[in-house]
Amino acid sequence: MQLTLWSYEGPPHIGAMRLAASMKGLHLVLHAPQGDTYADLLFTMIERRPQRPPVSYTTFQARELGSDTAELVKTTIQQAYDRFKPSVVMVGESCTAELIQDQPGALAQGMGLPVPVLPLELPAYTRKENWGANETFYQLVRGLLRSRVPAPGSERELRAAGARPKANLLGPSSLGFRCRDDVVEVTRLLDGVGVDVNVVAPLGASPEDLLRIPEADFNVCLYPEIADQACNWLERMFGQPTVKTVPIGIGATRDFLSEVARITGIEIDATEQPIWSRMPWYSRSVDSTYLTGKRVFIFADATHAVAAARIAAEELGFTVVGLGTYAREFARDLRDAAKRYGVEPLITDDYLEVEARVAELQPELVLGTQMERHIAKRLGIPCAVISAPVHIQDFPSRYAPQMGYEGANVIFDTWVHPLMMGLEEHLITMFREDFEFHDAATPSHLGPGTRKSAPEQAESAAKGETGEPTDDAGTIWAPEAEQELKKIPFFVRGKARRNTERFAEERGIQTITVETLYDAKAHFGR
Amino acid sequence: MSGVDAQRRAGAEACGVPNVNRERGQRQVFCGLAGIVWLHRKIQDAFFLVVGSRTCAHLLQSAAGVMIFAEPRFATAILQERDLAGLADCHKELDRVVAEVLERRPDIKTLFLVGSCPSEVIKLDLSKAAERLSGVYGGRVRVVDYSASGLETTFTQGEDTCLNALVPQMPVIADGSRSLLVVGTLPDVVEDQFSRFFQELGIGPVHYLPPRQASELPPVGNGTSVLLAQPFLSETARMLQKRGATLLSAPFPLGIEGTLGWLQAAADAWGIPEERVKEVTAAAVARAERGLARQRELLAGKRISFLPDSQLEVPIARFLQRECGMELVEVATPFLDRQLMEAELGLLPSDLRLTEGQDVERQLDRVREDRPDITVCGLGLANPLEAEGLRTKWSIELVFSPIHGFDQAADLAELFARPLVRGALLQV
Repeated sequence: MQLTLWSYEGPPHIGAMRLAASMKGLHLVLHAPQGDTYADLLFTMIERRPQRPPVSYTTFQARELGSDTAELVKTTIQQAYDRFKPSVVMVGESCTAELIQDQPGALAQGMGLPVPVLPLELPAYTRKENWGANETFYQLVRGLLRSRVPAPGSERELRAAGARPKANLLGPSSLGFRCRDDVVEVTRLLDGVGVDVNVVAPLGASPEDLLRIPEADFNVCLYPEIADQACNWLERMFGQPTVKTVPIGIGATRDFLSEVARITGIEIDATEQPIWSRMPWYSRSVDSTYLTGKRVFIFADATHAVAAARIAAEELGFTVVGLGTYAREFARDLRDAAKRYGVEPLITDDYLEVEARVAELQPELVLGTQMERHIAKRLGIPCAVISAPVHIQDFPSRYAPQMGYEGANVIFDTWVHPLMMGLEEHLITMFREDFEFHDAATPSHLGPGTRKSAPEQAESAAKGETGEPTDDAGTIWAPEAEQELKKIPFFVRGKARRNTERFAEERGIQTITVETLYDAKAHFGR
Repeated sequence: MSGVDAQRRAGAEACGVPNVNRERGQRQVFCGLAGIVWLHRKIQDAFFLVVGSRTCAHLLQSAAGVMIFAEPRFATAILQERDLAGLADCHKELDRVVAEVLERRPDIKTLFLVGSCPSEVIKLDLSKAAERLSGVYGGRVRVVDYSASGLETTFTQGEDTCLNALVPQMPVIADGSRSLLVVGTLPDVVEDQFSRFFQELGIGPVHYLPPRQASELPPVGNGTSVLLAQPFLSETARMLQKRGATLLSAPFPLGIEGTLGWLQAAADAWGIPEERVKEVTAAAVARAERGLARQRELLAGKRISFLPDSQLEVPIARFLQRECGMELVEVATPFLDRQLMEAELGLLPSDLRLTEGQDVERQLDRVREDRPDITVCGLGLANPLEAEGLRTKWSIELVFSPIHGFDQAADLAELFARPLVRGALLQV
């Protein structure tokens, strides 16, 4: 058993549902107990879709367990087919159905439906949501295109002279983070350098559209978590190269365009790029100087985490103090990135472990998922969301991509917003006894409210969770030193406390005085 | 229709109670785990530990995770492959997880081990675990188990199984004394309103189940009269009866009529005459009537359909029909306990289309055919129906809002008027 306060991903059948809900003309039949229909709300509420997801459930109850649940599966499949007339039927199980082993996929294949039936293997106790989506997409692409794979050794047809190259955008999906607008932005980006989009999948595609995938010159793997298996297969079978750079951030967008240029033979520098970003100037303007060296902790799916680290370090001038992902399948990419920024990678899907690491590192900003918002609230640290899982507020009405140049604009605003603004930060540091602007108050641009001694909470969490001797054994704080510590701005106070204690411990200092505090400050340079 | 159903139909018609159409098929409802979303707020010193799969955890956080928790009061012990394969001793694993929870939250007084579909299918004995853990943490933490699986429970039934599990833990009421026990989660403000009425009527002492602190369970025994505030408490009611309590028959305290009838049932048990109840409630009733008049203007003559969700459908439909002048097209409920609903069913029109259970696709066909002015349904269906041009009232709000009692009657009506008002307001 694993104790889970919050989980980063749903079970794998949610991934299969995301696939089905992304596409048109597909229907998914899920063998699942009553109540698992809660998942429909993810689509109708969190994503605000105006249709029910194309999913039928068997919704068995205890009384049916004694009788023939297999018969129930067959009835549900038949009724779903008769009612919705899909061009492909997918059949899968939820976690409970997996335990009773009715083999719904095999049952469905034996029913003689006049359309392709795709049985899904979704091991609910070992795999998770993104794996489920990735696997489902791969099985679907493979199932539909297998018979069209060209014979080995046959040449790919050359693009007609003068025709614009065509790309497939693979990976965007329902319930993905900002997929809707990323597709628009990347399409604009490609159009700007003379590349057309052939098929976007799974988001908005029909099974017939998937059949047109081989017509493109190359594939863009926008979300490796969802599409890397399918892209690899297409590369092997159809010789379509894959663009692997994910264009989140200015630098990554430039690299993305260079990769596209290399694959298509387009002279990128010769192309006038009609799209631009304000972000580089905003980041260079003097108002942003105080962002330099802000200590940021990043945790997300691997794609967004790696992209965020690069933006933080190279484009905003933050210091990356922690980098992690819950996506074990993509741990290698993250480890490489962590090495670049000289931090210990955190590969875990255990919320408590992430919480402990944040408490230990005492960053000034957390970039994470909806789950890190809980952690940041507990520790009183500003936070912005950069990746799924997310809630309703992160499926906004406005245009809000993360990719491309407009994505960079959105990211600048989103990440800087939770931080206290420069002037306020200066004044709070200088004058500590103001009745309105003080440590316990939230930054005034975020409206009224207090943090409820959040900094102290963060400090005590840092004390407790690192298990370092503070009061009882070894080092103790002299009262004046403790007072002096309170004069350090709250967002760096936790770090200062830890550094001072470490400094004292290393030198065998028993009582931390004001002097020790400043010695430590001089030693660590902050 | 089976012969049995036909017989029941004939029998029912004779005494003027509507027939019940039973329907089976795909059910678009929550499982009982959803009850944790409000129970964790009501019972402040309790922690809910679900023993289940990643799906259970995902359900809980999809429902409640939009709130940002510094200290979550629920969690899931997710079963792993090792647990299923019998490689790990599930009970040892559970002990470890419970220790972890209690270490993090030393302020917890009651820990609920909540059973789920997976834990039930693999027949993990949570009651034995609760007993063992209660022993281990004796005196400090009470450990109680209940099932909230989709196999066994539908949405609000999760509260029923939770309260039912608390009943054996309730102390015995002193010999010869009597008390009123109000059962079912009520918002604090409503609870306080009811307490004032009972006090003025001289009914008491009054206890509530669930209490605000699970460590302060009310007593129960032969002297206890039970008044159900919520309609979905079949098992709890039976368990309280087993402990000697007397169940008072009453309509549910929704709307003026329901609340009056409900208070009167308690008054009857305490031998208080009707006139006295009228006297004590007169001001509140008059106020409620004034408030309701405005909503009635908006609702009268409008047609409404209920899809099954919480078992609140029958009493609310009764209120909307009798006090707001709405026309009931179809009233569906996930489960109909005839005994508990006795007083309610008598107040419904005998030709009502009353459905127990669900086949969601067929039910939606009927909604599309009926085209009611308002459809009460879950959030999985609400936006899709809105997109088809049907106005909806999402039903879950009914368990999250103060709707009981006189002073909430207008608020309850307003919940149904609001989508109509909004529909008329929006010009885009």
